[in-house]
Amino acid sequence: MTFAHKRVAALAAIAVTAALALTGCADTGPATSSTGDTGGDSDNLAITFLPKNLGNPYFDTSAKGGKAAVEEFKGTFNQVGPAQASPDAQVSYINTATQQGVGALVVSANDPKAICDALNQARQNGVKVVTFDSDTDASCRDLFVNQASADGIAKVQVDLIADQIGDEGEIAILSAAANATNQNAWIDKMKSLLASDHPNISLVDVVYGNDDDQTSFDKTAALLQSHPKLKGIVSPTTVGIAAAARYLSTSSFKGKVALTGLGTPNQMREYVKDGTVAKFALWNPEDLGYLSAFAAKALITGEITGKEGDTFTAGKLGEYKVGADGTVLLGDPYVFDKDNIDQFDF
Amino acid sequence: MTTTTASPRSVRDYTHPLWRRLLATRESAIVGLLIIVAVVAATTVRGFSQPITLTYLLLDVTPILLIALPMTLVMITGEIDLSVGSMVGLSSVVTGALVQAHWPFGVAALVALLVGVLGGAVNGLLVTVVGLPSLAVTIGTLALFRGIAVGTLGTTAVTDFPQQWTALAQARISGTTIPYVMIPFLILLAVFAIVLHFTPFGRGIYAVGLSKDAARFSGVNVERTKLILFVLTGVVSAFAGIFYTLRFGSARGDNATGLELQVIAAVVLGGVSVFGGRGKLYGVVAAVLLIGALSSALRLANVTSDVINIITGVLLVISVVAASVLAWLQKKRRRPNATATTAG
Repeated sequence: MTFAHKRVAALAAIAVTAALALTGCADTGPATSSTGDTGGDSDNLAITFLPKNLGNPYFDTSAKGGKAAVEEFKGTFNQVGPAQASPDAQVSYINTATQQGVGALVVSANDPKAICDALNQARQNGVKVVTFDSDTDASCRDLFVNQASADGIAKVQVDLIADQIGDEGEIAILSAAANATNQNAWIDKMKSLLASDHPNISLVDVVYGNDDDQTSFDKTAALLQSHPKLKGIVSPTTVGIAAAARYLSTSSFKGKVALTGLGTPNQMREYVKDGTVAKFALWNPEDLGYLSAFAAKALITGEITGKEGDTFTAGKLGEYKVGADGTVLLGDPYVFDKDNIDQFDF
Repeated sequence: MTTTTASPRSVRDYTHPLWRRLLATRESAIVGLLIIVAVVAATTVRGFSQPITLTYLLLDVTPILLIALPMTLVMITGEIDLSVGSMVGLSSVVTGALVQAHWPFGVAALVALLVGVLGGAVNGLLVTVVGLPSLAVTIGTLALFRGIAVGTLGTTAVTDFPQQWTALAQARISGTTIPYVMIPFLILLAVFAIVLHFTPFGRGIYAVGLSKDAARFSGVNVERTKLILFVLTGVVSAFAGIFYTLRFGSARGDNATGLELQVIAAVVLGGVSVFGGRGKLYGVVAAVLLIGALSSALRLANVTSDVINIITGVLLVISVVAASVLAWLQKKRRRPNATATTAG
């Protein structure tokens, strides 16, 4: 190594150090405390939405609702996010929002725990954190806007099928996996609702399509074979209902056996239009985004702190109350039919 | 430096003043660019000039910084290791699976490092003993390591890591905004810099990259050199995987997918020739920080991730093109009085 080389290395080392010092500590004046100042302000209505990933029609729809809400209360709306739905990719966006000192961050978590540290750092810097669609551990956020409760989901499906088959006859359920916790909870509630409110409906079978399109398709065929008197099928899973609809639409059972459950408008559109399916349910992601933005605003302004019993008004959706574990419930699931399905794209 | 040892730049031009020669090197250009980006971002991008920016920036680039060290040495020998991102994922999964099976975290991490040694040795032996090109070998192990990682944990994630370890991965040295993880990085940087720039082994690395045959005739054990470097890359990638797991508190099979390209992009931007024989560690470190500072600033300015990728991609292409143009110009300028300038 020559003298000139050492000089190069030394100069470079100094330069890198200087650059780091500049990036880190250049403005030790007002800017240093900018996160503390701006974040946590009760009039800082800068709200950033961080969905699981960008370019996802479901989250595009929720962002539409969020944006409408933020414009209504004259805040600034921003949506950022990774291309792929991975927790590590969300962390740098949470960090960025912390640095920007936004008023609130509205997040759909890719992992209940992995983004916790980053969210709590944001909260320490005065950023309010609302989760929507997919929650984190309750200790990592101020509020969770829940799209639907298990009771509501069970009730809407029982009501829909009872209505469609004339409140009597045999029905079956096409579920996801046999060990899917949420599915089983819904099915249990549906069973007790049927027993108490619809004595003339008998649930003859529960089959599992494992959220696989082909398996669900085959199970639907088998159900109709083994239960010739079947009047209706409930599929509380988006993969199942679409596969069942595909089978029914090309079979002689079309229009004779009712089908309902939880589905997305884009998957179900053609089957609603061709008469295979009359009505099905899910929540409205646009309303979900709208409510989440108003919840964030209520936290920023100090209208609520996220504790049980707090109430706030969410624009056109009306008044909401914070429940246990800092959860706000959007409401009853939304029912899609041929009259409203074209208003949705997700 | 005498002409008998292999020099990274065998022809040195002393006809220009020092400052001009400094500016002309690839490495100092990157350092200059880093300073410019830092200053411009600090003055124009709101939120960039706060101390916490440095913390997040360094945490973000740490896996790249770590792996870029051995990758620089590997690429100076004219080889490449594309399996590093998969090794990060594999090491993350190994750590996670063992912690899930109630192994103490320290032991799990140690096993992950051993897996790194093993993976690196597989790459190294296939390249040196079997004599396959490293590009082909490591494309294979890129898929192999990722396959094992995803196959082990499936789509599930392990998130139950000891609180004190996950906290340590984010913690800052008290009174500063520098994360603790910079300490092992700086130690590794010092070790790699000394080995590369101040030892016969390091000169051997340059020699292998410039001419394998010449290096062999002058007594360099080409195969052993390469094998050692692949093992080092494996183990440092495994270490980066453990850090990655703790920082995000999540061991997943798809962790760090595509990281290899970010590492290689930074190494190339930092002035290491893909053909071997040329490059300096400080240039690579500056390049990693440059990409990190740039994407941090762009994110703060609410530029979308697609555009950030495009901008860093364009920067890389320009820098590679500029380097070849510069080299061509220098060659053209030197030719008339070549004999007078071979004093080095």
